[in-house]
Amino acid sequence: METIINGFSITVNEEGYLTDFSQWNEQVAEKLATDASIELTPRHWEVLKYLQDEHMKQAALSIRRIGKSGVVDIKEFYQLFPVAPLKTATKICGIPKPASCI
Amino acid sequence: MKNLVILGAGTAGTMMANHLNHHLKQPEWQITIIDEREAHHYQPGYLFLPFDIYSPEDIVKTIEEFIPKNVELIKSKIDRISPNENKIELAGGKELPYDILIIATGAKIAPEETEGMKGSEWQKSVFDFYSFEGSLALRNKLREWEGGKLVVHITEMPIKCPVAPLEFAFLADSFFKHKNMRDKVEITYVTPLSGAFTKPKATEALEHLLEEKNINIESDFAIERVDNENKEIVDYGGKVIPFDLLVTVPTNKGDELLERSGMGDDLNYVPTNKATLQSKGYENVFVLGDASNIPASKAGSVAHFEAEILTENILRFIHGEPLKEEFDGHANCFIETGNSKALLIDFNYTHEPVEGTFPFPGLGPLRLLKESRMNHMGKLAFRWIYWNMLLKGTHIPFVSATMSESGKHYDKKTTNQSTLINQL
Repeated sequence: METIINGFSITVNEEGYLTDFSQWNEQVAEKLATDASIELTPRHWEVLKYLQDEHMKQAALSIRRIGKSGVVDIKEFYQLFPVAPLKTATKICGIPKPASCI
Repeated sequence: MKNLVILGAGTAGTMMANHLNHHLKQPEWQITIIDEREAHHYQPGYLFLPFDIYSPEDIVKTIEEFIPKNVELIKSKIDRISPNENKIELAGGKELPYDILIIATGAKIAPEETEGMKGSEWQKSVFDFYSFEGSLALRNKLREWEGGKLVVHITEMPIKCPVAPLEFAFLADSFFKHKNMRDKVEITYVTPLSGAFTKPKATEALEHLLEEKNINIESDFAIERVDNENKEIVDYGGKVIPFDLLVTVPTNKGDELLERSGMGDDLNYVPTNKATLQSKGYENVFVLGDASNIPASKAGSVAHFEAEILTENILRFIHGEPLKEEFDGHANCFIETGNSKALLIDFNYTHEPVEGTFPFPGLGPLRLLKESRMNHMGKLAFRWIYWNMLLKGTHIPFVSATMSESGKHYDKKTTNQSTLINQL
């Protein structure tokens, strides 16, 4: 479905995830973060960029993998994105909800 | 003579030995299957053992009785696979060359992955039911337990049979009702997922059942540790859930053999092409069942459907033909809901479980995603089918390896959307 985020016309699925990564930009991310009650700091951005890079490499994302990434440990990941961090962070950075759960 | 070697004589490996035995004949081919264990367990039975519905004799048989005569069974620990040299090294130094290798070493629990899980309360008030020993110890505990807070918990995905923990919660509700002590037991279902299951339509149906049975649900819980002293589980976000009896599904991992052989991912699963079942690293290595990393359920039904397709692909590989990209992630699972009723779900990579009839469109007799006694009879009958048909590679009548869309009530929009998401 079509929605307007920070002035940009964006297509999202029923759970609010972007369906086309080319529509993502940093202002969209700022607004999605605000909706999740998160204020993005440089540390948040490092993690978001890491998630995007992993997604581009077609790596399956999981809490376990992030914990072993060397970018952030699980404890800090939860401090940055306190509620359902992986789902929240992937939504903010414009990539699909991780399909690690079958 | 050429050698086809199968590692693991569980559900997947045994089925494959039986399938291939019909096609690859001596003296041209020798099929060998290797497993260090003595017994073949009917793993779905681990769910029923704690509630005294099945006894150990119902679920344990010898490995030998399901391996065809012409297939050589080697009972030995496997040291490592050397995929570049096409050989297996057995414990004790014996080597076995292969032309084609099938890895079917499965998945098992790894409670040591979570801090405190295998601590002082392990098998005292902290139990698993994904191993024979765990399930039996839990049976003994439940026989004398006087009630309190029962927490049914999943550590992380993926796990074998993702519906089993829900079934455990439903059966526990039923079990304590029959013992006239349901009012003394508070049941909480704790999951790392956002809801009761991984697919939206089934989640809706299952959450309704949880509510009806007065089972609390705690979602998005990523466990950090088990606190043995205070008897509580703690998540990374600081959420704390107390228990008197914790029934947990620990992290599941593939066999350490894959780690030793440098062939597994970070959970020891083998990277595998999800449509052909060929390993990504080596063209003469194929992976069947729980041992692979494909995004399908880790379940016996999946291994059964895979086996039919893999048999064809092995024959194509031998004849130098292109492999069929046919496996669609088909899974078919009964979900016990207690009080002699069950649900049935049928789904694949792109189609989530929905309501409908199975296996005959419009007729059933089994109902999809609806509780019925007929489904429960189906689940109990399945043990007979497993021992007498499934392991022997007999085709189950009317049930195809790839999923059928007829008889299922898809919402057109939802289907397209989930297909789209899976393609992304």
